[in-house]
Amino acid sequence: MNFDLRLPIGILFTLFGLILTGYGLATKGSEIYAKSLGKNINIEWGIVLLVFGGFMLFLARGGSKKA
Amino acid sequence: MSLNPFVLLAMAGGAASEGGNAPQIGLHFVDYSILGIYILVVVWIGFMLKRYMKTSDDFFLSGRSIPAWITGLAFLSANLGAQEVIGMAASGAKYGIMTSHFYWVGAIPAMIFLAVFMMPFYYGSRARSVPEYLKLRFDEKTRGLNSISFALMTVASSGASLHALAALLHLLLKWDYNFSLAVSSVVVLAYVLKGGLTSAIYTEVLQFFLIVLGFAPLVILGLNDLGGWDGMMSHLKPEFSHSWKYMGTTANPMGVEWFGMVFGLGFVLSFGYWCTDFLVVQRAMAAKNMGDARRTPIIGAIPKMLFPIIVIVPGMIALALASRTGSNYSIPNGVTGETDFNLVIPSLIAHYLPTGLLGLALTALMASFMSGMAGNVTAFNTVWTYDIYQSYIKPGQSDSHYMWMGKVATVAGILISIAFAYVAKNVNNIMDFLQLVFGFVNAPVFATFLLGMFWKRATGHGAFFGLLLGTLAAVVFHGISSPAILKTGETIPWIKGAWLGAHFQYTSSMAQNFWLAIVAWSSCFVLTIGISLATARTKTDAELKGLVYSLTDRIKEENEPTWKKPAVVGTVVLLVAIVLNIIFW
Repeated sequence: MNFDLRLPIGILFTLFGLILTGYGLATKGSEIYAKSLGKNINIEWGIVLLVFGGFMLFLARGGSKKA
Repeated sequence: MSLNPFVLLAMAGGAASEGGNAPQIGLHFVDYSILGIYILVVVWIGFMLKRYMKTSDDFFLSGRSIPAWITGLAFLSANLGAQEVIGMAASGAKYGIMTSHFYWVGAIPAMIFLAVFMMPFYYGSRARSVPEYLKLRFDEKTRGLNSISFALMTVASSGASLHALAALLHLLLKWDYNFSLAVSSVVVLAYVLKGGLTSAIYTEVLQFFLIVLGFAPLVILGLNDLGGWDGMMSHLKPEFSHSWKYMGTTANPMGVEWFGMVFGLGFVLSFGYWCTDFLVVQRAMAAKNMGDARRTPIIGAIPKMLFPIIVIVPGMIALALASRTGSNYSIPNGVTGETDFNLVIPSLIAHYLPTGLLGLALTALMASFMSGMAGNVTAFNTVWTYDIYQSYIKPGQSDSHYMWMGKVATVAGILISIAFAYVAKNVNNIMDFLQLVFGFVNAPVFATFLLGMFWKRATGHGAFFGLLLGTLAAVVFHGISSPAILKTGETIPWIKGAWLGAHFQYTSSMAQNFWLAIVAWSSCFVLTIGISLATARTKTDAELKGLVYSLTDRIKEENEPTWKKPAVVGTVVLLVAIVLNIIFW
């Protein structure tokens, strides 16, 4: 199959990561984080998603170069 | 069926009902944008794949071109519907680590067996579906029986999944039932119609990552909150951290003894599902070569082994959290006022996740419902087109005609699913009844495949009548067994069994189910052997080449590195599963 699945995975999670970190930064110190034990989990998990999404995009890029 | 057959469809009745104190979740713009992006990306995948859908083979079998890491994750994910996530968390809250039997006993060995021993026949025979293998190996009537029951089961499960989604969204978010139904069917229709099986497989892999990354924060926050594993266990009974230790004692929360567990679940039900259900096997058949087809179940087995962390631990967290003194959390009640364990996951999401991450977790939940439906629809359209339409209705048409039929079947499959969803909504207990019937049909099936693949003397008559009588044995056993020890004069509803008298009494419905499977399988096994010996073979050795173990050349895999050989990797995975059993003994 010529459509590399790692590309949409990478795009999806990079976008999710951007949204969550962005929203996390905008809501810093907000009371919504009382739920998540006082942690700004949107920033923390947003970064995890960015790393994962970026890694997938990196792999997809490597794959398309080879082909 | 897409459901792990052991997970009861309790959701359709339980979580779906009005009333109770289910958590109310309010979504904000950021949550909706996450859901919106997901929908856009899956539809985009469908459109990107459209240009590769040239022949019916591309549409139904992905042109046998997909690498093993993708088919492997899809293999796992096709089974990992939302019912599984929700059902296993419920089970984690009820039984603790014992729930892991559904993984380390009830899945891993069967997945490895499929990879090492059975995949060579499915993939090597070039059969396009599991029923077609039965046609090649046995005869037309055995294929007919299997394909028709499978087609019915898949659309019914797809409808059940759709109903459960719409009901859950209505309960938590107050979304309109019809609206949820319409949106999810249209999305699934759009990408399956465009990209066929490849679309379904691709979105299943997306769903896998979404479930892991969407639910992991629940586990992390929950364990942090409770002070780690030991902190959590300090609120739970000691049997919750052991999978085997309490099995022979009265403290055994599942009420299943070890033989029923190992033979009933670990062998009959698990092998019957993982090794013969076309929904999962289809994923492996889409792999690009024999090596990748055989590695598909093994690659799926690795995350499967670790999945209890994502699905069982949340159930244990919920129970520990609810029993902590001064806790502001409790597992919600259903409509009857009893604790509804199916609401464990939704209530933890509401308890721990702030706006933002909330959207991610709900998207993961919806994605798994939708891809569960897509999985069923792609299995249905293939079996319908190849095994029913091409075989009995219109043989000998052009390839483009069957591709067109596949698209019609996709639309029809989705419409029938919607109809089933409304039936499930409006007819009480209909899903319990269907679940029961499918249980009867599925229980004996592995005996047929085992004898077909490993005993060349098994005949078409033997297989067909063995299967029918095995199913009948399951029905009869249901009539003479009860899921509880009954007092004199006590009766139970017929749907639970004992309508011919409670001659065999078990301590739980799970134990009754496992023993029903054992009886059905054994009957089918013995009767297939007996009838085969009494009837003449209709297929010659030459015709059975590639379909039966003793008549098939061993696969040459010298050109593969040792670490990639299915038997080697499979053994390693099996050993890790054994170690996990020992750690949590």
